[in-house]
Amino acid sequence: MFDVDIWQEIFSTIKKNKLRTFLTGFSVAWGIFMLMVLLGSGNGLQNGVKEEFADNAVNIMWLWTGETSIPYQGLKEGREIKFNNQDYDFLTSKAKDIDQVSSRFFLRGDIIYSYGKEYGSFSTSTCHPTLMDMEKIKLTKGRFINDLDMREFRKVIVIGDDIRKALFKEEDPIGKYLKVGSVPFKVIGISKDPKSNSNRQAYMPFTTAQRLFNGGDRVHNFTLTTRMVKTVKEAEAIDNNVREQLAKRHDFDPTDKRAMGSFNMLTEYIRTMKIFQAIKMFVWIIGIGTLIAGIVGVSNIMLILVKERTREIGIRKALGATPGSVIGLVLLESVLITTIAGYLGLIMGVGLMEALNFGLERMFAQGGGDQIFFRNPTVDFITALSATAILVLSGALAGYIPARKAANVKPIEALRDE
Amino acid sequence: MIVLNNVHKSYVSGSNSLHVLKGLNLEIGAGEFVSIMGPSGSGKSTLLNILGILDDYDEGSYQLDGKKIKGLNEKQAAITRNEMIGFVFQSFNLISFKNAKENVALPLYYQHISRRKRNAIALEYLDKFGLKEWADHLPSELSGGQKQRVAIARALISKPKIILADEPTGALDTATSFEVMEILKEVNDQGITVIIVTHEHDIAAMTRKIIRLKDGRIEETIINGELKMYREKVRTDKTFNYV
Repeated sequence: MFDVDIWQEIFSTIKKNKLRTFLTGFSVAWGIFMLMVLLGSGNGLQNGVKEEFADNAVNIMWLWTGETSIPYQGLKEGREIKFNNQDYDFLTSKAKDIDQVSSRFFLRGDIIYSYGKEYGSFSTSTCHPTLMDMEKIKLTKGRFINDLDMREFRKVIVIGDDIRKALFKEEDPIGKYLKVGSVPFKVIGISKDPKSNSNRQAYMPFTTAQRLFNGGDRVHNFTLTTRMVKTVKEAEAIDNNVREQLAKRHDFDPTDKRAMGSFNMLTEYIRTMKIFQAIKMFVWIIGIGTLIAGIVGVSNIMLILVKERTREIGIRKALGATPGSVIGLVLLESVLITTIAGYLGLIMGVGLMEALNFGLERMFAQGGGDQIFFRNPTVDFITALSATAILVLSGALAGYIPARKAANVKPIEALRDE
Repeated sequence: MIVLNNVHKSYVSGSNSLHVLKGLNLEIGAGEFVSIMGPSGSGKSTLLNILGILDDYDEGSYQLDGKKIKGLNEKQAAITRNEMIGFVFQSFNLISFKNAKENVALPLYYQHISRRKRNAIALEYLDKFGLKEWADHLPSELSGGQKQRVAIARALISKPKIILADEPTGALDTATSFEVMEILKEVNDQGITVIIVTHEHDIAAMTRKIIRLKDGRIEETIINGELKMYREKVRTDKTFNYV
């Protein structure tokens, strides 16, 4: 196969037909370029939306309570439903389909945070240590709440970066005490969401807050993660299952959304990812369609080429060219054109997407681009590799019919003097 | 060298069948210099194609150098052509984007001889025909006579047993035609069988045997004394129209 002569033969014909070769190659390059741009854009869109989901675990679920709106088993509507610590115990031990749980207790009224002369009003999230994992809380310094804090009702607090800036200025707040209302809390960590401009949230142990602010065994809402599943149907089933289990404990209709509100991220996540799967498939179909157009172009050109070279092929055959060598000549030329052109298209497509990515990343690094649902619009190595494989294959395919035609050239007919 | 025994050939196109060769018997010995003549439609091109293994025949037998030629597949035919036969065409059939040297070297390419070696041999052959300075020229830069000499060099480079020339002088003027015939004669003197198809009497008269075809059969074979008379007639009688 690797024979210098056959390459010289091919290059001499290519050199003779520069424009035609260029146009043919261009259609293939364009095809693969479009495929890469489409795939990259699809990926970018998907990554952008995934990034939106990245604030929380994708299987996160929130539960909150209200008043019943449907009469249930002899109980009339308008009853207030309240979660309690027993629900937490149930959810963490006996409940089905549930992975991690964090309770939350709302502090009533405006709570003022103060440190020395500085003060401000910030929101407080009371939680279990599991919240860090569920809500993907990122710390820039210190640690998050742990089980010991919970057990010993420690007065410790993790503050958002904006709280640190407002109260501590340049000072290092770790180990310092700030006042929440009138109660001093020891700062153990600083949190910062790199994507958000607002970090005005503080986290304290749920147990401490409940005891300190006279909560009794009252829980206002739950954050939990559910079993990971693949389909929307399964995710909805989990949602319903959790609702039913809690409805049984608190005697309300499981379909009563007012009695207990719930939001199941997993359903949304799966639904969105399904859309992207469809988009991806669509992109491949369009991309391959474009590629096929290019390949048909190559095949077409090769057919014309064979027709033009009929006489030459006839001469070659009369001089002793075997059908195999003629097929090899046409096929290799076709593969060569598609491979080189396709590879150039691949490089340009990937290059463009990488450049776009570079620009986007810089924009994000400078804190802009909140509104852009577009991240990392690049094509992975495997995809690029399979695209290349498709190319070589299609080059062979494009050359096959013309090559067969060339091999079937009859020297007598080709050499007949018109 | 060549033995044809009762060879038939028909061309079928749709429902029409054209019987071109109708039981041809022919024997050409090694080292002969033969011309085939005949009116158009007499089957001389078909005969040449069969002799050159460019076409198969329907009936009878064809032996080339003791080897039976029948129903070869394309690859076998290509190899046999390459080893046994050199072709010379009316319109030269040089490959336009290859220079003289590369054209001459082409048969050796199909014998898988290295590029350097076959180019050296090609140059040697071009030198024999006085075309060494033209080795790097494209066919379009050569005169008709030079082109045909390049073509003959190409036909000879694979050291064939037979040269088949189809109207080798058809596209050339008289002086150049004689020049080419002179070369073919020299080739024949080296012991190579030369068979040419022509319709020109003066060209045919330069060969040593004339086979005249008519309607798919051999009508006449002119040799020796008859040939001398034939030659005389061609030379003196300008209105001579034998075909």
